[in-house]
Amino acid sequence: MSEKKPAIWLRIYALLAYAYIYFPILILIIFSFNTQKINVRWEGFTLQWYKVLFNDQNVILATRNTLIIAFTSTIISTVIGTLAALALQRYRFPGYGAAESLLYVPVIIPEVVMGISLLAFFASIGLTLGLGTITLSHIAFNIPFVTLVVRARLHGFDKSIEEAAMDLGANELTTFWRVTLPTIMPGVLSGALLAFTLSLDDYVITYFTAGPGSTTLPLRIFSMVRFAVTPEVNALSTLWVLTVFIVLLIGQIAQRSQSPQQTR
Amino acid sequence: MAAETSSVSPAPRFSLIRQLRESPHAQGLALISPTLIYLLFTLVLPLLLVVVLSFMTRGPYGNIIYRVNLGNYTRLMDTLYLRILGYSLLTAALTTIGTILIGYPLAYYIARTPPRQRSVYLFLILVPFWTNFIIRIYAWIMILRTEGLLNSFLLKIGFIQAPLDILYTPTAVLIGMVYEFLPFMVLPLYTSLEKIEPAQLEAAADLGARPFMAFLRVTLPLSLPGMIAGSILVFIPAMGMFVVPDLMGGAKTILVGNLIRNQFLTARDWPFGAAASMLLLILTLIFTLFYTRRAGFGEELLV
Amino acid sequence: MSQFAVELRDVVKRFPNPGGGEIIAVNHATLQINHGEFFSLLGPSGCGKTTSLRMVAGFEWPTSGEIFIDGKPMGRTPPFLRPVNTVFQSYALFQHMTIFQNVAFGLEMEGVSREETRRRVEAALEMVQLTGMGSRKPRQLSGGQQQRVALARALVKRPAVLLLDEPLGALDLKLRKEMQLELKALQEQVGITFIYVTHDQEEALTMSDRIAVMNKGNVLQIGAPVEIYERPNCRFVADFIGETNFLFGKVKAIDPDFVTVSLHGSERELVGIPLGKFYSGQEVVVSVRPEKMRIFDDTPLKIGVTPNQPNCFPIRIINTMYIGSDTRIVIDFGGGTQLKVWEQNHLSTLDALAYYAPGQELWVTMRPENVLILPQEE
Repeated sequence: MSEKKPAIWLRIYALLAYAYIYFPILILIIFSFNTQKINVRWEGFTLQWYKVLFNDQNVILATRNTLIIAFTSTIISTVIGTLAALALQRYRFPGYGAAESLLYVPVIIPEVVMGISLLAFFASIGLTLGLGTITLSHIAFNIPFVTLVVRARLHGFDKSIEEAAMDLGANELTTFWRVTLPTIMPGVLSGALLAFTLSLDDYVITYFTAGPGSTTLPLRIFSMVRFAVTPEVNALSTLWVLTVFIVLLIGQIAQRSQSPQQTR
Repeated sequence: MAAETSSVSPAPRFSLIRQLRESPHAQGLALISPTLIYLLFTLVLPLLLVVVLSFMTRGPYGNIIYRVNLGNYTRLMDTLYLRILGYSLLTAALTTIGTILIGYPLAYYIARTPPRQRSVYLFLILVPFWTNFIIRIYAWIMILRTEGLLNSFLLKIGFIQAPLDILYTPTAVLIGMVYEFLPFMVLPLYTSLEKIEPAQLEAAADLGARPFMAFLRVTLPLSLPGMIAGSILVFIPAMGMFVVPDLMGGAKTILVGNLIRNQFLTARDWPFGAAASMLLLILTLIFTLFYTRRAGFGEELLV
Repeated sequence: MSQFAVELRDVVKRFPNPGGGEIIAVNHATLQINHGEFFSLLGPSGCGKTTSLRMVAGFEWPTSGEIFIDGKPMGRTPPFLRPVNTVFQSYALFQHMTIFQNVAFGLEMEGVSREETRRRVEAALEMVQLTGMGSRKPRQLSGGQQQRVALARALVKRPAVLLLDEPLGALDLKLRKEMQLELKALQEQVGITFIYVTHDQEEALTMSDRIAVMNKGNVLQIGAPVEIYERPNCRFVADFIGETNFLFGKVKAIDPDFVTVSLHGSERELVGIPLGKFYSGQEVVVSVRPEKMRIFDDTPLKIGVTPNQPNCFPIRIINTMYIGSDTRIVIDFGGGTQLKVWEQNHLSTLDALAYYAPGQELWVTMRPENVLILPQEE
């Protein structure tokens, strides 16, 4: 778009829009320090709710579960998804079209439908709901997203470096491990990050595939919001927002430091 | 440096490796087979199960009797359920429109700022985007409650006499949905707008178009792919949304998502829930095909 | 050591055409490349030269026919088991490795020891004049430097044959000319066989010991640069290499050494040497290169050619173009034919005799050995 500075009304609008976006979040954060329990009016500053949070066994358990599920599903879905991306981007095989469509289904399908279908499936094969079923479900919806991201990054891939490696004596496996993988690594990491976040954040599918005692953070937050509203929720929310902020910031800085030296 | 010939070792004996090496088809299939197998079990079979389930009957204790009947589907044709369906579609449509109205100027603004500052603005959109959406909904609940911030503020300044009943109404649901889906519209729109080369607008100006005209006839059409991609990302998930109505809509506002959820977890009428899911799925398919026919899939805008 | 470094025997390569049917990329190619030779595959885009090279390297397998490296048939041997190495058009450097690691990669695959690897890599870098650049990344190097890394990476393995796929294509003109000389010197110094693919005929003529000219999958002619240039065996080769004039006519008389052709249009008779077997009355194409013709006026001043010798014709100057070292002249040959003539400016430009004026009526002559008679083709 053009280099001219945007018109004044546009700037005002943008300001208001950002305010609209951030206002609720700021309220959330501010009231996490509120002494009043029912959180209607501001009374005084306190850190007590954070103390409550850190001692809340349910939350700690939920966090632990969430992280375990997120890490496991990320690793597995990233491996499987990267292989699929390579398959789709470089090969033509019988059933290509069907495979590609199949891969897009979890992206398009309403989460409710996927959730209940998994619930029905696990029930029908007699699998008890728990961390395992949640993880299996997360892998299922993560694979397509990883594949999508890695595929996009594979677009500009120069096959001649693989030929060069083979020319110099590396067989197919060595070529993949020493040349292909390092080169597509940024894309793979992007995909992994996406998968991790999706898993961390997921509510609906987790809701249907979780068993008693296998609660995750989003599930816990939901029940806290629905049933036991105290500023503890605000404290939890504040920490979450802060974490996201920091992680994204690190990501931005890392990206910045990678780009500048692009000569040629 | 004298030239030495390195010896050529014989080709590998394992015929499997040879076959793989010689057939790109086999290699491709091998790479994609884990995905296919996994999704077979976690996607294809479960969905088939749901299809089958939708034709079954509910037993008296909430179990499933394997007797085929179309009762679930005919039940869906009842006005009660059709109204829910219609309402879901309406909500999704309004949400989409809302995100376009609010999001377009914002995306436009970001696309117009100098590149250096742009990443900051994008970053600021991303932070709420990545924050768990339940948290963000909760924030709105805090604001919109009867004793919430909005009411307290308005009462205090005397703008109103009695607290407004916003929470647990369809309006609240809409506010929540738009807020939730806004980043999904802004980001693709921004990507699309950013790709428009300034030369085209300059050409329009050169040919006599006033700024607003240029916007209408050049910018808007060129940003259409972004709008369509954004619409896919908003409309389709919005159709199946149940969390927002659940938290912010109260008992009065039921959408298809809530219906399905209730059937599976509260009412224990899995066959009926399955039928409702099939309906939602078919609608999703129709809209997806409709959208992608208009503008390709636009996956590059998603990433 | 076998007779030839590389041999292609009746090699055919067919690809399925995306629109249906097949494309014949290489059509029954047979050639032998000698040890220590600088051999070029020359031709326009799509002529099959790159495909042929890739088949020698092992990235493609022939549909039929066989490829021999040092006398051994390659069959379907994969690239990492062949004693040849490739320098790629895009350099194909490993961006995530340093220059040192790039060059060392091939040795690592061979299992060479750390110390020996270090020695050989440093020697290779020195050979391409990149000493001390080992710790840099490809991104930090210029195009010319990257190209040399690609070269070093392949040469460090001491292959029997080095394959080069248009390696100088991405460089600017001046650098390209420099690199041509460097590559040639390198090849002579190292002594290994080079197979060089290019579409630039000047490049091929400069560097090669022998050239194979290809078009549309066919190998048209193989020979030393002089042979290819002075005695092309068909119209395409005559046209593709250097510049030439084409004239059309019918065979009038056949003598033991020369053939006389009666030209269409002007009815003039050219005496030239036949490149092929001809019969009387056959339709032929005549090729005369611009630098092989001389323009002179009536006085014997210029080159001592008298008007009674064969291939001596009156002509009219149409226009001239001054290039600095040469003058390029377009003449009216009669019968609607225009010919290009090139003359070196061996007179000073301040000399009136150095210029031809448009409209000037003069004579042109060409020696029969420089008039090539070729068969008409599709």
